[in-house]
Amino acid sequence: MQLPLLHIGSEPLDIARISAAVTASADGEAGADGAVVTFLGLVRNHNVGRRVRYLEYEAYEPLALKAFQRIVLEIDERWAGVRLALHHRIGRLEIGEASVAIVARSAHRGNAYAACRFAIERVKQIAPIWKREFFEGGDVWIEGATADPEDDRARADAERAACA
Amino acid sequence: MRVTVRLFARLREIAGAAELSRELPAGATIRDLWRQLAVEFPSLAQYERSISTAVNAEYARMDHVLRAGDEIAFLPPVSGG
Repeated sequence: MQLPLLHIGSEPLDIARISAAVTASADGEAGADGAVVTFLGLVRNHNVGRRVRYLEYEAYEPLALKAFQRIVLEIDERWAGVRLALHHRIGRLEIGEASVAIVARSAHRGNAYAACRFAIERVKQIAPIWKREFFEGGDVWIEGATADPEDDRARADAERAACA
Repeated sequence: MRVTVRLFARLREIAGAAELSRELPAGATIRDLWRQLAVEFPSLAQYERSISTAVNAEYARMDHVLRAGDEIAFLPPVSGG
């Protein structure tokens, strides 16, 4: 069964199947794309000096999926012709497991790299998803960006990171 | 009118519930609801400047006027990825 392009769920992320979903989404001529860039975000065993044991993620799923759709539209405005898959995992994740998978496919590598980087920056800025870090000695909810999709400055920051 | 409140991450922990049902006067805004919750759960107040808010899974501003049956979500700063 083919995976959706945008998804939030508790099952492990399978980058090969997610990539296949992007390939299958092509509406143009087969063979027109010259680049696929993939990104996997992994659960790290350390954070700001703490030894991390595991993470728990939660999401406001309907709004997070809308945030993902918005990211796709923003990429379409900036890098036309890029096709994107974006999957985020929720629930308990162990060290080394993937929490987020992004696949960007395009005619040329430049746009695929830029769109992939932009997508992860925007996920961190606007997707209503939270991680709780369980470390040696305690636990803490990580609180990062204020989730405001209309904040043009944040979007410009993400575009700058993508084109650095 | 009755509305449903959705709370996430640290806000959920402060209130001790992911979902609450609350009664509001007609014409109440998201801010009115938030202030009512912050009286009930004083530790929420520190989040007033950093939360984002949504009504029926669409982002909305604090001055948005609520209707009976609305689902209002309060979102602390996000940390996905």
